[in-house]
Amino acid sequence: MPELLRYLLVILGVVLAPLTIAAGLTWGERRLLALFQDRYGPNRVGPAGVLQVLADMIKILTKEDWVPPFADRPVFVLAPAIIIIATYLSFAVIVFAPGIAVAELNIGLLFFLAMSSLSVYSVALAGWASNSKYALLGSLRSIGQMLSYEVFMGLSLMGVVVMAGTFDLGAIVRAQAGLWYIVPQFIGFFIFFIAGLAETRRIPFDLPEAESELVAGFHTEYSGMKFAMFFLGEYVAITLFAAMLTVLFLGGWHGPGSQSTLVALGWFLLKTLALIAVFILIRASLPRLRYDQLMEFGWKVMLPLSLVNLLVTGAVVLWRG
Amino acid sequence: MLSLLRTIWSVFLHAFARRATVQYPEQRPYLAPRWRGRIVLTRSPDGRERCVACYLCAVACPVDCIALQRAVDAEGRHYPAFFRINFSRCIFCGFCEEACPTCAIQLTPDFEMAEYHREGLVYEKEDLLISGPGKYHAYDYYHVAGIAAADKDKGEAEGERPPVDTRGLLP
Amino acid sequence: MPAIIIDGKEYRYEGEGRNLLEVCLSLGFAVPYFCWHPAMHAVGACRQCAVKVFTDETDTRGKIVMSCMTAAADGMRVAIHDPEVADFRARVIEWLMVNHPHDCAVCDEGGECHLQDMTVMTGHVSRRYRFDKRTYRNQELGPFVHHEMNRCIQCYRCVRFYRDYAGGRDLEVFGAHDHVYFGRFADGVLESPFSGNLVEVCPTGVFTDKVFKEQYARKWDLATAPSVCTLCGHGCNILPGARDGTLRRVRNRYHHAVNGYFICDRGRYGFQFVNSEFRVRTPLLRDGGTLRAASADEALARVRTVLAEGTVAGIGSPRASVEANYALRALVGAERFCHGLPEKEFTLLEALVALMRSARTPFPTLPEVERADAVIILGEDLANTAPRLELALRQAARIVPDELEAAALGVLPFDDAALRAATQGGTHPLFLAVTGATSLDAMATARCRAVPDELARLALAVAHRLDPSAPAVTDLGADAAALADRIADALRTAKRPLLICGASAGSPALIAAAGQLLRALDTAGTAPMLRVVAPACDSMGVALLGGISLEEAARADTLIILDSEQLSAAQVAGATHIICLDSLLTEIGERAEVVLPAATFAESGGTLVNSDGLAQRFFQVFVPEGDIRESWRWIAEILGQPWANLDALLAEIAAELPVFAPMREAAPPADYRLDGQKIPRQSPRCSGRTAMTAHVSVHEPVPPDDPDSPLAFSMEGASGQPPAPLVPRFWAPGWNSVQAVNTFQEEVGGPLREGVLCRVIVPAGSAPPAAPVPPAFVPREDALLILPAYHLFGSEPLSLLTPGIAALAPAPYLALHPADAARLGVTVGSMVTVTLGETALTLPVVPREDVPRGAGLLSVGLVETPDALPAWGAVRGGAHA
Repeated sequence: MPELLRYLLVILGVVLAPLTIAAGLTWGERRLLALFQDRYGPNRVGPAGVLQVLADMIKILTKEDWVPPFADRPVFVLAPAIIIIATYLSFAVIVFAPGIAVAELNIGLLFFLAMSSLSVYSVALAGWASNSKYALLGSLRSIGQMLSYEVFMGLSLMGVVVMAGTFDLGAIVRAQAGLWYIVPQFIGFFIFFIAGLAETRRIPFDLPEAESELVAGFHTEYSGMKFAMFFLGEYVAITLFAAMLTVLFLGGWHGPGSQSTLVALGWFLLKTLALIAVFILIRASLPRLRYDQLMEFGWKVMLPLSLVNLLVTGAVVLWRG
Repeated sequence: MLSLLRTIWSVFLHAFARRATVQYPEQRPYLAPRWRGRIVLTRSPDGRERCVACYLCAVACPVDCIALQRAVDAEGRHYPAFFRINFSRCIFCGFCEEACPTCAIQLTPDFEMAEYHREGLVYEKEDLLISGPGKYHAYDYYHVAGIAAADKDKGEAEGERPPVDTRGLLP
Repeated sequence: MPAIIIDGKEYRYEGEGRNLLEVCLSLGFAVPYFCWHPAMHAVGACRQCAVKVFTDETDTRGKIVMSCMTAAADGMRVAIHDPEVADFRARVIEWLMVNHPHDCAVCDEGGECHLQDMTVMTGHVSRRYRFDKRTYRNQELGPFVHHEMNRCIQCYRCVRFYRDYAGGRDLEVFGAHDHVYFGRFADGVLESPFSGNLVEVCPTGVFTDKVFKEQYARKWDLATAPSVCTLCGHGCNILPGARDGTLRRVRNRYHHAVNGYFICDRGRYGFQFVNSEFRVRTPLLRDGGTLRAASADEALARVRTVLAEGTVAGIGSPRASVEANYALRALVGAERFCHGLPEKEFTLLEALVALMRSARTPFPTLPEVERADAVIILGEDLANTAPRLELALRQAARIVPDELEAAALGVLPFDDAALRAATQGGTHPLFLAVTGATSLDAMATARCRAVPDELARLALAVAHRLDPSAPAVTDLGADAAALADRIADALRTAKRPLLICGASAGSPALIAAAGQLLRALDTAGTAPMLRVVAPACDSMGVALLGGISLEEAARADTLIILDSEQLSAAQVAGATHIICLDSLLTEIGERAEVVLPAATFAESGGTLVNSDGLAQRFFQVFVPEGDIRESWRWIAEILGQPWANLDALLAEIAAELPVFAPMREAAPPADYRLDGQKIPRQSPRCSGRTAMTAHVSVHEPVPPDDPDSPLAFSMEGASGQPPAPLVPRFWAPGWNSVQAVNTFQEEVGGPLREGVLCRVIVPAGSAPPAAPVPPAFVPREDALLILPAYHLFGSEPLSLLTPGIAALAPAPYLALHPADAARLGVTVGSMVTVTLGETALTLPVVPREDVPRGAGLLSVGLVETPDALPAWGAVRGGAHA
């Protein structure tokens, strides 16, 4: 019974925590951007403006949920759901603290890769179903970008897998007890970080929704709750990537001091939030790439680099026996 | 690559910089006199309406939010019978002020014009007319124009000779 | 086709004997000018149109010449954009601007000012002259023209138009050196009926429109549409401009064949009835003795009940469009449709149509009238019945040497001043056979003032002299016979004789005599031109439509009347029910059962047939306040919408009445599109769109749709030049003033591009009606033959609602010969009672030498006359007024 209860609690936590973080990010990102840009950001609703989240939620929920008459209705409705579902399923395999995971799969990493690539469907279908030129162009860009970056995203993680000898995320974290993989696998970390930015379509890789040329890209025609799903989906995905970076390179729950589950969770959260802050810092700093630069960077720099990283790691592991 | 990191670092340092924005409305920023806010109609130094209803502000307005009708009073001065600005359309570009040949229409450093109903943003002449000369203290259009109006007869404007005696035979 | 090399590029141009300026402008070059005017030609006064001319290809220096004073020649080498000559032009405008006041903001010309355009064109920006400006005092020139002399640049256009072209005598240039003053000797009303043209002729703001000043709007703010003047039968093309639901002004719309560059003051200022406080703006319904406002449905229901009872007659109007008259005819049936005229007046119109059809030579356009070399006018006081024609005849009367003659005289054919000097004021023969003094008297070679029957006898006598087979007039007086000989000689030797005849004298005998004279001239081999004068804007339209007479129609129980202001209450006193389709509340409207608010010319579209038999389309200019609709639309409502739009109605008219079939060509149909778009009535820079009605509602109203024409009520639409009948304004980049018309003409002074001349009456050479020689006029002892006397300001009732016109209209009077006055024992200023039929009129007496013995001239329009004139009226002297 307590086992089941614990299990249910973990599931509830895994469902609620990313959602809370994502919701908080709608406020937090604006506050942080303002911080980096010498402004204040939303600071009027509630203490330090935190209730802005609530205000925005009320606003977005009471907005007219408009389905354009020219859209392919079933697909149009389905598309935003896919992105949320796909991102959430990835959270199922993340090990937050020893024993705190929905499913500690032995192929956890592969499951994550599979799920995160599903979200491209959402974008593709949204763009197609909108039946609008901006949306279609945005989604086409998005598909190209995500498929390209997924290739070396997977490869960049293989170094970690080679070092840990497993696809099990819990085992990978445990393997980092002595040394976090960010040190031996810095190149892997760097590539995965950039691929994460691209996969979540964050600045400087936000070409699919480049507002100056495509209005809002694939979600141009979306409004109300459906738009909110895309919007939140992006923040959930950021949280996911931050969590994966933590798990794979920053030693997961490891940290100095007490080894209790709660402290471990605290370390995990801290690392994740810090990474999210870096995501936001990058958004505040860098301009958007051109599409050809994006593709060139992906195929001509990142892909060879990840292959070299994998070869070197493999060679070193073989050499050390 | 390094330059990117340097950029990120220098942006990060801005987290500790002084805020450029102010906490309006508790704190109020300084607005320069030429700030482009609420539009007013001013008066000439002698206290009369400056606007001669020449329609140049209306035609300069890119959003066509100025409408007026010219009338002529008993003294020969032109004035707007009505003068209406629909501030719900105004983009505060200041073209009207640029176009005004009499310095009558001026933009002021006031932007606090929010209303719950758009109707409240339609300003008539009585709402626009202020009692002073605004930014330009000395200018009086009629004292440089050639028409006779009110206290200024023909030939009394700046840089004018007295009217010609058309019957005179002197060379 | 000769060629000219401008700025190194060769261009072909048309027309011999033209000046360089005209050729450059026709080719689309922007050469600035002031004193040259296409209708008044060149005097070389302003020095603005300088260009450089090179002798041959080796000439690199060239010489600066005034293009308006230089004949264009084949192979000529010209530079317009040469730096030296461009600088010359900039310096010219600089000195013209030395005394120009800082007035643009308060100047009515601003925004359509030729001086502004030319200043921008030459690139002069800043005044370097630092000494004081010369000033003048203005003059009070009457109700139409405002004078602001400070703005003058001394181009002399005003006096050249007013004196040389229009024959005015009271505007002159005074003073010397830089004190030159254009004005009257003293304050006073400008006498010429064309004074309003000064507003358009003046290149700057010296003469501006005083009526427009009262309700001013800038040119760019006015919504304009092509229209046709409805205030006389000539059918001048006009451009009415409206703003904010009121008609603000009327300007000339160039049409080379009808009115050229000028219109008369009645046409220009007589539009104020459109804004009148007496306008009917909602349907009015009689309810227990009083009229009350009602909804359209209510009024239409009442109309249908009223029309169902008793006998019905529809009274049309010669002042309403063909469409409106036809719609009424469709409502009541052809046999119950009245043309709106008493039998006597309608007979005159029929006679005029027959006269026109008997002609063999094409009817002359206005430039052809101006080139006539012998003119005889039968019974028309043109200055008051067809003023634009009078202005053309002033040009015809003057001898203007053609090219060869000019070359023989050693002057250029466009050098106005030189030509005038060379011809020494010589005139072509102009004969006046009229009932009283006219404005052309001073120019006439000879004149005969007599009652219409005597004029007819004179015309027949001339005809007999030209063609001996025509009936002879045996008992003609010696003077008249001598005059007939003179006229016959002059007409026989003329190359382009012109005969003018009309309905004003009220005499069928005179029109019949004109027919004989025309045929006799034809037989004599002179190809005579004919120009008729009809009283109202659509007289010829109703003449072709036909119908029962007013007397017969008045016997019906129920009358449905179009434009009742043309009728007197007495004429329709017998009817039990009256339904009026009126724009103004009239005396008849006051006792009507239902008054439906009808649109005026500015608020509706339609076709008018002018006195020349030309069908001309006018377009709606603005949408009026209230439930005002076109007359034909109201009738369509009563009939249950048989016509979807004006084109459908026109199609039905063409099918029903083949005589009107060409009328559909008068303008492109409603589905015509220019570059795929409608043609906007508003200029692209029309201001105040989001504020004009913001005090009523902050939401901008949707512009109304116009199902009847290819014009749109907004500023959205095609920006190119539409075909001539659809041109809503004359504007071209860099040409904001009326001079922009140059860019719309095929060549300067020629027809507009894609213009149409749509004649519904054509010369057919049919046999002229028989013209028995009327007996000699014998004055009666007890009565005078009362003849109509027309007044430009006064004889047209609608234009009298313009305050300025009302102020200039004379008081009603009866003029008679002093001998008759002595015989009747009346003196100046005393009142007489004239009994015409059963009506007695009491009028002040004006003894005038020009009135024929035994006749009296009665000012029509100012007093209500019971029957058509001329008529015998018993005159009784009365007490002093």
